[in-house]
Amino acid sequence: MNKILFSAVSKKFVMALAGLFLLLFLPVHLGINLMLLKSDPEPFNSAAHFMATFPLIKVVEVLLFLTILIHITYGIFLQIQNWLSRPVGYKVRNKSETGAFSRFMIWTGGSVLIFLVIHFFNFYFIKLGLVEGDPENFYSVAWQLFSIPGYAILYWICFLLLGFHLYHALQSAFQTLGLSNEFWKPVIRAISLIYAIAVPVGFAIIPLVIWLF
Amino acid sequence: MKLKLKIWKQKNAAAKGRFETYDLDGVAPEMSFVEMLALLNQTLIQQGREPVAFDHDCHEGICGSCGMYINGYPHGPVKGLTTCLLSMRHFKDGETIVIEPWRAKPFPVVKDLIVDRSALDKIQVAGGFISVSAGAAPEANALPVRKHNSDLAFDSAVCIGCGACVAACKNASAMLFVSAKISQYALLPQGRPEAKERVRAMIAEMDKQGFGSCSNTGACESQCPKQIKLFNIARLNREYYKAL
Repeated sequence: MNKILFSAVSKKFVMALAGLFLLLFLPVHLGINLMLLKSDPEPFNSAAHFMATFPLIKVVEVLLFLTILIHITYGIFLQIQNWLSRPVGYKVRNKSETGAFSRFMIWTGGSVLIFLVIHFFNFYFIKLGLVEGDPENFYSVAWQLFSIPGYAILYWICFLLLGFHLYHALQSAFQTLGLSNEFWKPVIRAISLIYAIAVPVGFAIIPLVIWLF
Repeated sequence: MKLKLKIWKQKNAAAKGRFETYDLDGVAPEMSFVEMLALLNQTLIQQGREPVAFDHDCHEGICGSCGMYINGYPHGPVKGLTTCLLSMRHFKDGETIVIEPWRAKPFPVVKDLIVDRSALDKIQVAGGFISVSAGAAPEANALPVRKHNSDLAFDSAVCIGCGACVAACKNASAMLFVSAKISQYALLPQGRPEAKERVRAMIAEMDKQGFGSCSNTGACESQCPKQIKLFNIARLNREYYKAL
């Protein structure tokens, strides 16, 4: 039984499911963030308040943190195992054709993790009372952060890397879950491309608009 | 054609290997890569030097023994060919060719370019068969098979177990090989009765042998000399979940 629960295929299955759950979360987060574009702070702040206090969301939040933790832990564990599968490498770089960004998932994922830590420090820690700030006015916290050019640039770089991660992530998850064949592969690839562009661009547009107007 | 060859030389599995450089003259463009290496060895033997050890057998792309990593490509830069069918006309006069053995933990180097690929055999032995009583062959048309399935089963059954998928994969994963072996049975009625035990046993053996997991990069598909398709891995995953 252990052999089945912890086989390479099962671990990938868990990673794919966790990843897909995170893919569902991103558009929700984006939807709220787009309220930052309004000059009135009220809609954004009340949405943030709702997300922080509504009991059902609290349950989902625990599930979300658990999912992030599982996705990262499994990702790192599988990567180490994969590195160990080739203890002696090639002298000439492997030129085999691969899917775009598929070889760099650990690095793009790692960058997203670094951003996540910064993001927690900037927002979630305020809610926990670990960092100074008004948890009821995330609107002004966000506006202040985005008006720092260095932060906005870092934000864009992180979302570019997230886009790279998402493009392979979505199609790879379907393949891992066994939900791909000759017919559906191009369709899934197209959906991955649309998702991987739309979501990061949606996030990245916010500091741009704040800068321009 | 004149070539400069940088070839991995290693006495045995325990020895430390190194690259040796050879200059080879008189290579004809119509020679196969394996014939070119045979010419090199003939020259080396005549000079009283030790020849390069490499695997080869059928010279028609069906035995899977001639695998080597050529200039960064398993089986060389041309798609859909084994090393023995790779023609020297794909290389330029005066070119430097670097030849390395397959690199993977489950494929220890035996000598020079020869690796021990019996890890793949062990996966096959674990479940890649159907248990039928021996006897007279039944009437072929007694068991109807959908044409689509029989075509797909055949496409996956052409896998020669050369290990190029493992060599190409950044994770040294054998998933394409295992998925081809699983598919050739899973798609046919004769393979269904033992489908669950088969996939469980073959995946367990694959893990035991130390192959990596699948990152769906597609490197295996692009380097497979028999052009086994990546969606076989999706089928393998499906079969595995069904067997849980």
